[in-house]
Amino acid sequence: MNTLSEDLLISRRIGLSISTEDLDAAEVAETNRDTVGDYTVFDPKITARDVNVFYGTKQAICGVNLDLGNYEVLAMIGPSGCGKSTFLRCLNRMNDTIAECRVSGKIHLDGENIYHQNIDEVLLRARVGMVFQKPNPFPKSIFENVAYGPRLHGMTRDIGTLWDIVESSLRKAALWDEVKDILEQPGTSLSGGQQQRLCIARAISINPEVILMDEPCSALDPISTAKIEQLIDELREHYSIAIVTHSMQQAARVSQRTAYFHLGDLIEVGATNQIFSDPLHPLTEAYISGRFG
Amino acid sequence: MTDSPSDNSHSVATETIRRSLARRYRQERHFRRWALSAVLAAASVVTLLFASIISNGYSAFQQTYIRLTIYFDPALISTPDSDPAADIPRVLITGDYQGLIKQSLRTRFPGIGKPREKRDLYALISPGAAYLIRDMLMERPDLVGSSKVLWVPADDDVDMLIKGHIRRDVREDERRLTDHQLAWIDQLISEGALKKRFNGAFFVHGDSRDPELAGIRGAAMGSLFTLGITLALSFPIGVAAAIYLEAFAPQNRWTDLIEVNINNLAAVPSIVFGLLGLAVFINFFGMPRSSPLVGGLVLTLMTLPTIIIASRAALKSVPPSIREAALAIGASPMQAMFHHSLPLAMPGMLTGSIIGMAQAMGESAPLLMIGMVAFVADIPQNLSDPSTVLPVQIYLWADSPERAFVERTSAAIMVLLGFLITMNGLAVVLRRRFERRW
Amino acid sequence: MSQLLLVAILLALSAIAYQLGRRRALALDNVNGGRTRLHSRPSHYAVLTMLWCLFPPMLVFTVWSVVDTHVITGLLVQDLPAEFQMLPMAHLELVVNDIRNLAQGNIAAHADDPTIQAATGHYQQLLQINRFAKSVVMLLAATAGLAIGWRLISPHLRARVHTERIVNLFLISCAALAILTTIGILLSVLFEAMRFFQTVPVTSFLFGLEWSPQTALRDDQIGSSGAFGAVPLFAGTFLISAIAMMVAVPIGLLSAIYLAEYASRRLRSIAKPLLEILAGIPTVVYGFFAALTLAPLVRQISEAAGIEAASESALAAGLVMGIMIIPFVSSLSDDVITAVPQAMRDGSYAMGATHSETILRVIIPAALPGIVGSILLAVSRAIGETMIVVMAAGLSANLTANPFAAVTTVTVQIVTLLVGDQEFDSPKTLAAFALGLVLFLLTLTLNVIALYVVRKYREQYD
Repeated sequence: MNTLSEDLLISRRIGLSISTEDLDAAEVAETNRDTVGDYTVFDPKITARDVNVFYGTKQAICGVNLDLGNYEVLAMIGPSGCGKSTFLRCLNRMNDTIAECRVSGKIHLDGENIYHQNIDEVLLRARVGMVFQKPNPFPKSIFENVAYGPRLHGMTRDIGTLWDIVESSLRKAALWDEVKDILEQPGTSLSGGQQQRLCIARAISINPEVILMDEPCSALDPISTAKIEQLIDELREHYSIAIVTHSMQQAARVSQRTAYFHLGDLIEVGATNQIFSDPLHPLTEAYISGRFG
Repeated sequence: MTDSPSDNSHSVATETIRRSLARRYRQERHFRRWALSAVLAAASVVTLLFASIISNGYSAFQQTYIRLTIYFDPALISTPDSDPAADIPRVLITGDYQGLIKQSLRTRFPGIGKPREKRDLYALISPGAAYLIRDMLMERPDLVGSSKVLWVPADDDVDMLIKGHIRRDVREDERRLTDHQLAWIDQLISEGALKKRFNGAFFVHGDSRDPELAGIRGAAMGSLFTLGITLALSFPIGVAAAIYLEAFAPQNRWTDLIEVNINNLAAVPSIVFGLLGLAVFINFFGMPRSSPLVGGLVLTLMTLPTIIIASRAALKSVPPSIREAALAIGASPMQAMFHHSLPLAMPGMLTGSIIGMAQAMGESAPLLMIGMVAFVADIPQNLSDPSTVLPVQIYLWADSPERAFVERTSAAIMVLLGFLITMNGLAVVLRRRFERRW
Repeated sequence: MSQLLLVAILLALSAIAYQLGRRRALALDNVNGGRTRLHSRPSHYAVLTMLWCLFPPMLVFTVWSVVDTHVITGLLVQDLPAEFQMLPMAHLELVVNDIRNLAQGNIAAHADDPTIQAATGHYQQLLQINRFAKSVVMLLAATAGLAIGWRLISPHLRARVHTERIVNLFLISCAALAILTTIGILLSVLFEAMRFFQTVPVTSFLFGLEWSPQTALRDDQIGSSGAFGAVPLFAGTFLISAIAMMVAVPIGLLSAIYLAEYASRRLRSIAKPLLEILAGIPTVVYGFFAALTLAPLVRQISEAAGIEAASESALAAGLVMGIMIIPFVSSLSDDVITAVPQAMRDGSYAMGATHSETILRVIIPAALPGIVGSILLAVSRAIGETMIVVMAAGLSANLTANPFAAVTTVTVQIVTLLVGDQEFDSPKTLAAFALGLVLFLLTLTLNVIALYVVRKYREQYD
C-alpha cells in the first residue's frame, strides 16, 4: 500500500498538524465536539450520520454528520490530516480497498444505506464517481481511457454509441477540442491539467450521480487549475459534487457550502460565503485567517 | 442516452449495470478460482517433489548391519615368514581380511559345502567390511590373536530387502537374493544379529562403488573448498566493483556497458561459464583438472554478477545525505564511502552474497565441464586434489543403477537442501533484521 | 614450502608493514613537537606501506606463474637424451605429457622406460626448485617493498592521495572483471568454434539435419564418419523449452497475480520467502525428480492413454523444467505487478470495476512490458538449463515435434561431448564449443532484449 494519497497517510499519524502553541482554540476543540452550523440540507443526495473511521486502532474520523445536496458543490477544507480525504473516500466505499480500515455510522445515498450488506459496491461506485489528487489515466489511449467505464459496465454494444459517449464526456470535461485528433495516443502523453480533465471525462462517462474530487488541482499549475475550477462549476448542473481542497480560495470560488474539518472532527459547516466572511467557530476563523494549516 | 442527464437517464444506466452484475461477479469468482488453483498447483508439485525425495531418502540415514564374531586369526593377517614385531603396519596392510569374515561366516553357518552356496553366504556382507576391520586393526594391532563381536555393514541387497525395496514374493531367479540367502537373513534377524542402525558411514566416507559404503564426506569437503575460494574471491571483488560503479564511476558509455554486461552475465547459462573455465583455466593456464581451485574460480565468475547487483542495490538504499554529511565535514569521497556508506550497506551486501553462495553451492553444470565429475573415493585434502561437490555427487549417484543409490541420492539431496534452506533462511532473517527504511 | 604457509607469511609481513608505517608516521608527527604537519593521517601512511609490501610479491607471482611452465618444459626438453630431441614436435609433446602425468603419480605410457623415469625425476626436481625459488623471490620482493615503502614516509608524502588512487585502481579493475569475463567467454568459445568450423562448414552445422558426433577412430572404420548438423538439437531445445514455458507461464503468472492481488498480507509474507527458497533449489534436484518420479509417471499415463512414450520423453523433461521455472516467472512477475502504482488500481475501482476486471483490464496491460521481459528471461533460462535435461532427456538426436519422443538438447550435447575422456582438437570436442557459441549468442540476445524492456518499464513508473 505504497501509493495511498498523501493526505491519507498523514491522517494515519494524527496529531502532527497542531503546531501552534499559542492557539487556545485547540483546547476548545477538544472539549467542544458539537458541529457549529446546520449540516442538513433541504434536498439531500447523500446523508452521513455519526461516521467514524478507524485505521487499525487509530481513529481518523470522529462522529461526523454531513449532507450533500443535489446539484451542489460541497467543499471540505481543513489542515493536513484532518480526515477530509478519508471522509470523502467513505462516500464511495473506496476505503474498503484498505485492509485495516473500519467504517461505522450511516451513509445514505438517496435514502439507501451504502454500507448495508445488500449494497453492491461496484454499482455504488458507478453511481458515485471519483477524481483523484494525482491524475491517474490508465496506460491506454485517450479513447480507451474514456471508453473504459462504458465497456466495463456493458452500457453499449455498438461502437457508434461508444464514440458518442466518449465524445460527449470529453466535451463535458472541456477536453474534446484539444484531443479530438489524437484520441489514439496514450493518456499519459497529455499534460498534467489535460490528464486530470481526462480523468474527469472518464468519471462522467458512466453518467454518475455524484462526483467526489480529492484535491483535484493540487498537482496542477494555476492555468490548469482555473480550467478545472470552471469545469466544476459547469458540471454542477448535472451532478452533485463533493470536493476536498487545500486551497481556501478554490473552496470559495467553486462551492456553495463549505465544511471545515479539524483532527477528524467536523468543526463547522455552512454556506460558503458565511464560512469565509463570518466564521462562527474560533478554529475555523484561525484556519481561514491563515494562523495554521 | 440524452445529453442532459435527468434522474431518468441515471436510473436507466443504473439498471443496465445492475443487470450485468451477476455475470461480472461470476467472472470474478472464476478468475479468482483460476489464480488460486495456479498457486495450489505450484504448491502441490513442490509438495510432490519434497515428498518423493524425503520418502525415498529418509531410509538412507539407516543402514543394515550384521553382527559377527570375528577371530583375528594371525595366520590370515600376517604371513608366516614376516616378523610381526618388526613392521606391523606394513604387515597389517596386506592381511586377508576378507578371509577373516569368511571364516567367521563359515563358523556361524556350519555345514555349507557347495562353493556356490558359500559365495551366496559371503555376499551377505559388504565387500567393504574387510577394509573397516583392517583400519581397526591398524589402530589397535594388539587385537591380533583375539576375538571380537563386531557389527559389520550388510551388502546393499540385504539392506534393500530389510527396507522393503526387494520383494520376497517374486520368483527366485528374478530376485537379487536367493532363497538360501533369505533363510540366512531370517535366521540372523531372529537371533537379533541383523539390525538397522544409524548410518554414520554416510557422513564420514567418501564416494564408493558400493552403496553401503558410499558417503558424502568427500563431496562435502569438495563443496567446502570450492565455496571457500568462491567466497574469498567473489565477495571482496563484488563489493569493490559495486562500490566503484555506484560511487566513483563517471557516467559514460563505458559504465553503461559494464552495467549491461553485469546484468547479462547474471542471466548467461551456467554451462557457458564451464566452457570458459575449461578453455581458460585448464587449457590455457594449465591448472589441475577436477580441482576445487578451478571450480572455485569458475563459480566466482558465475556468482560475481549476483553479488555486484545485490551490493549496488544495498549501496543505493543508503541515503545520499549521509555521504554528503561526511563530505561536508571534510572527508574525502573514499573516506565517506568506507567510513559511512559501506558499513550501512553491509547487511544488504551480506544478504546478497549468501544468496549468491547458495546458488553456487547448488550449481553443477559448469563443474561437469571442468572435470569435477570424476569418481573420487578419497576425501580431498587441499585445493588442488581431484574432488567433486555435493550436487555433482548427486548427479553421479542418480546415474548409478543400484537400487540402494536411489535412497542415497535422495538423502544427499536432503543434506544439500538442508544447507541451502539454512543459507536462504539466514538471508531472509538478515534482511528482516536489518531492513531499514530511510 | 606450502602455499598456505607462504600466504600466512605474506599476511604477517603486511601486518608488520602496517605497524611500522604507522609508527614511523607517528614518530615524524612528534619529532618537532607537533610542528611538522603530516599531509595525511598516520593510518594512510600505514596502509600505503602495507600496499608497498603486498604488491611486489603479487606481481612476481603473476609474472612467474605465466612464465614458469614454459621455462620448465624448455629445460626438461633440453636435458632429454638426444634421440628424443630428434623426434618431431607432436611426438615430443606426447613424451613431455607422459612425464608430467608420471610426475603427478598418474598412470602413463612408457612408465617402465628408464630414460623416461630419469626424466620424470629430473622434472620433479625442477618443479621443486621452481616452487622454492618462487616463494623465496616473492618473500624477498615483499621485504624490499616494505623497506622502500617505509623509507618513503615523510611529512610531504601525500599518502592519502596515493592510497586512494591505488584503491580506486583496484575498484576499477574489479568492475572491469565483468567485461573481462564476457570477453573471456566470447574468445574462448569463439576460438575453439572457429577451429571447428575449419573442419565442418558453418552452414552444414547450422542447417544440417543429422547429428551423430561419433567420429571414426581409424580411417578404415565404416559408418561412423560423424555428422554435425545441429538442427535436431535446436529443435529439441525449443520443444523442451516450449513445454516448459507452457507450464511455467500460466501457473507462474497466475500465482503471481494471486499473491500480489488477492493474498492476505500474512500469506504474502510467508509465500514470498518461500518462493525465493524454491527458486534456489538446485536444478540437479529437479533433474533427479524428473528421472525418478515424473518420467515413469508420464510414461504410465501416456501408455494408459494408448500413446507410445519414450522413457526419456521430452514431455517429462519439459514438465520438470517448467516446474523449476515457475518460481522464477512468479517472483519476477510479482515484482512487476506490485510496481504498478496504486493510483491505477484506485482509478479502476472508482469506476466500479471488480477486482478481476481491474487486474485484467488495467494492471496486466500496464505491467505487460515487464511481464514480457520476465518471460523472455525465463525462456533464456530454459534454453540454457542443463542438469534437468542431462538427467531426464535423451541423447538421441531425433528431429521431431512429438513430445512423447526422446529428443536431445544443445546443453545435453555439450555435456556429453566434454565429459569423460576427451581427445582435444577432435571435431567432437570442438563441436561442443560451437554449440556453446550458439547457446551464448542466443541467450545473450534474449537477455539484452529482456533487460532493455524491463528497464524501460521500470523507468516509466519510477
